[in-house]
Amino acid sequence: MKQYDIVIIGGGPAGLAAAISAKNAGVSDIMILERDESLGGILNQCIHNGFGLHTFKEELTGPEYAARFIAKAQEMEIPYKLGAMVLSVSPEKVITYMNKQEGLVQISAKAIILAMGCRERPRGALNIPGFRPAGIYSAGTAQRLMNIEGYSVGKEVVILGSGDIGLIMARRMTLEGANVKVVAELMPYSGGLKRNIVQCLNDFNIPLKLSHTVVGIDGEKRITGVTIAEVDANRQPIPGTEIHYDCDTLLLSCGLIPENELTREIGVEMNRVTSGPNVDDKLQTGVEGVFACGNVLHVHDLVDHVSSEAALAGENAAAYVLAKAETESAHKVTLKAENGVRYTVPQTIDVANMRDSVTVRFRVADIYHNRSIAVYYGDKKVMSRKKRVLAPGEMEQVLLKKDSFKDYPDITEITIRTEEA
Amino acid sequence: MIGSRYDAVIIGGGAVGSAIARELSRYELSVCLLEKEEDVCSGTSKANSAIAHAGFDAKPGTKKAEFNVKGNAMMDTLASELEFEFKRNGSVVLCFADEDMPKLAELYQKGIQNGVEGLEIVSGDTLRQREPNISDEVVAALVAPTGGIVCPFGMTIALAENAADNGVEFRFNTAVTDIRKHDDGYTVVTNCGEIETKTVINAAGVYSDVIHNMVSEKKLHITPRKGDYCLLDKEAGDHVSYTVFQLPGKYGKGILVSPTVHGNLLLGPTAVDVEDKDNTATTAAELADVVKKSAVSVKNIPYRLTITSFSGVRAHEDGDDFVIGEAADAPGFFDAAGIESPGLTSAPAIGVYLAECVAEKLGAEKKANFNPKRRGFVKLAEKSFEERAALIKENPLYGVIVCRCMNISEGEIVDAIKRTLGATSLDGVKRRVHQGMGRCQAGFCTSKTMEILSRDTGIPLEKICKNSAGSEMLSHKM
Repeated sequence: MKQYDIVIIGGGPAGLAAAISAKNAGVSDIMILERDESLGGILNQCIHNGFGLHTFKEELTGPEYAARFIAKAQEMEIPYKLGAMVLSVSPEKVITYMNKQEGLVQISAKAIILAMGCRERPRGALNIPGFRPAGIYSAGTAQRLMNIEGYSVGKEVVILGSGDIGLIMARRMTLEGANVKVVAELMPYSGGLKRNIVQCLNDFNIPLKLSHTVVGIDGEKRITGVTIAEVDANRQPIPGTEIHYDCDTLLLSCGLIPENELTREIGVEMNRVTSGPNVDDKLQTGVEGVFACGNVLHVHDLVDHVSSEAALAGENAAAYVLAKAETESAHKVTLKAENGVRYTVPQTIDVANMRDSVTVRFRVADIYHNRSIAVYYGDKKVMSRKKRVLAPGEMEQVLLKKDSFKDYPDITEITIRTEEA
Repeated sequence: MIGSRYDAVIIGGGAVGSAIARELSRYELSVCLLEKEEDVCSGTSKANSAIAHAGFDAKPGTKKAEFNVKGNAMMDTLASELEFEFKRNGSVVLCFADEDMPKLAELYQKGIQNGVEGLEIVSGDTLRQREPNISDEVVAALVAPTGGIVCPFGMTIALAENAADNGVEFRFNTAVTDIRKHDDGYTVVTNCGEIETKTVINAAGVYSDVIHNMVSEKKLHITPRKGDYCLLDKEAGDHVSYTVFQLPGKYGKGILVSPTVHGNLLLGPTAVDVEDKDNTATTAAELADVVKKSAVSVKNIPYRLTITSFSGVRAHEDGDDFVIGEAADAPGFFDAAGIESPGLTSAPAIGVYLAECVAEKLGAEKKANFNPKRRGFVKLAEKSFEERAALIKENPLYGVIVCRCMNISEGEIVDAIKRTLGATSLDGVKRRVHQGMGRCQAGFCTSKTMEILSRDTGIPLEKICKNSAGSEMLSHKM
């Protein structure tokens, strides 16, 4: 069985950034396994711009952003396989994959970086009642059919869910001549980025109805209409508020789910809130030598953050392989999310062996105005940052410096919470 | 008129029609099956509980009781001859209160009368030892080891393919609009022209009353009875091992909780009489009812793992029994009407019975060269490493995964399209090889499957349908 130093599962933005930084950190024996026929992952179908503002200080399209990483990886001669579907990963780091050329193959790795991305929540998981006709697509599926295959999926469109892909597709379909009638969002706030609401809905006069959901789907063959209704505080439809829209297409943008089937198989501890694995400050999962980054770890809204997170995972995987890590005895501290903070990534920090600083990313549970984000080391507040608006659709982060722990040699817990400012 | 004169025309390509077709193909007869949709298994047969009922439920002496027990007994041989998925996982009926014990005993007695083997009544505690997630409220249960689970698509498609391989002609997108009786047979009028036949077999599901009433003065009346279901992810597939029914009692009509042969967990159905025979729309109230009532039987069902919900319509005839046999006032016209539960289980036995009736009527002999075998689908995901490796070597398309959730390869999809009665629609592919049936519900593999369908059938991409005409997936090329 061929053994690699590092095997990276997924050749999207996370996998590519991880590979590049692992190679920069001194490990050359790398293999990227990508299930699609090209590198770049979901960026290939994201032909709109707005990528790379943080990473490259310029606005790129998805394929342009991906192309820079692909070019870099190719220039650095990082090996990869396309059309290679990983079927299983064992706790002993044996990876079974298959492709057309080689058939079924088993390889092993000293370190594995999980970078499989995420998938969209389908209609079925939403339990929307009604018929099950053609014309109901998750937003990303419609995006692929339009941007990769070159076919429009419909002309009269209703969108359920205001996740970023749904917002982007509202604009995309409008530009293609479709009539996007309404975006309905179950929650009292949008799940997407503010800039996407402005640029994709407001600029095109597409109404966003918050606290609304689809309560009926008409049409036995192809969808002919949907009924939406307002929901109460318990997200139950309010009788009498129904509005009917004739349409031939319903797009769904109701959340993304990290694709962790392989991760579960390895037996790592999972997080109920993120649906990704729990990781430490090295982005290492509960199984030593298995790292995770990008949307498989937790769903991001900016690819720039995926790239920086993945670069860290790549560096740490390289350090693990080169046995440079963990010199001092560990001092593990658990991060706790509370009072409006839903989760943190990472979930633990080894204060004794951490880098100079660690970025902790998290999301809030609701829209908050004029609150601060507070960080506690044990029960001592060490940081508080006032924010005018906090929204679930925008990932937040705090930077914790190694220096800051000097005065807290015995803490076991760090708490991140929102507080009234 | 299209084609020559047939010995028998079967109307309806569901489980019953396909079973009749397969059994008739044992005889020296020219047989044609008409299906109004683009594929077999497109009506009630595609949306039901997927159960091979043991047969304790039907009233002794009825056709339901007779064909249920006979059909159940045929399943093992049939599943091995035709290579479809079937498993005798056993059924249990739960009793929640001591005062309902007589009803459980009554069910046991009915089972004995119907000839169901292996029945036993066990205490709630005994059942919970075997099946830990059964509700603490359960005081006793009837256990029926002959109860089973079956892939309704797999079975129907297998029956149809085998029938076609043995000479039955299948015509799709062909809807019967009228039937005219002559001295020596019938003219079946369809949207595609007229067809002459000596005999007609009515297996038209919820429309079997309409078809019957075209030729008979002894009118039938079918009430479409809708049932909503929830299907949970494979992660929940082993939550129970038995098919778990509720004793009709204080909780009203029962909701079952069952593993499926595909490894999912199925909850349902509701039972609501509807006006429209094609009303397969789920409703929020019924889906909520499925959740509420399933929770009565089984603890800790992980509802958050629901991957889809669906609805099917059963053909409930006013007489409350199957209508099977030659119509009294229409010689040569045979009914398989009002086939509601346990219709899927009964279908193979109904097929045998009606084929015998038709063969006798026409004085037909059995064929010497009938082939009872049909090659099942290669299920790559279930193969060992070595078998899988060998298959990919033989056909590299088995090495290209299209559906990630179910691990379905391009090779399997191509087989679904190119074999006898191959798929021509996305639903057709899905029912044959389960592409898109997983947790992402075809989010990722829709476009790839459409491409393969278009490539291998020659149907232009923009004409690819979810099922029959009118369900086109795309609006136009940009």
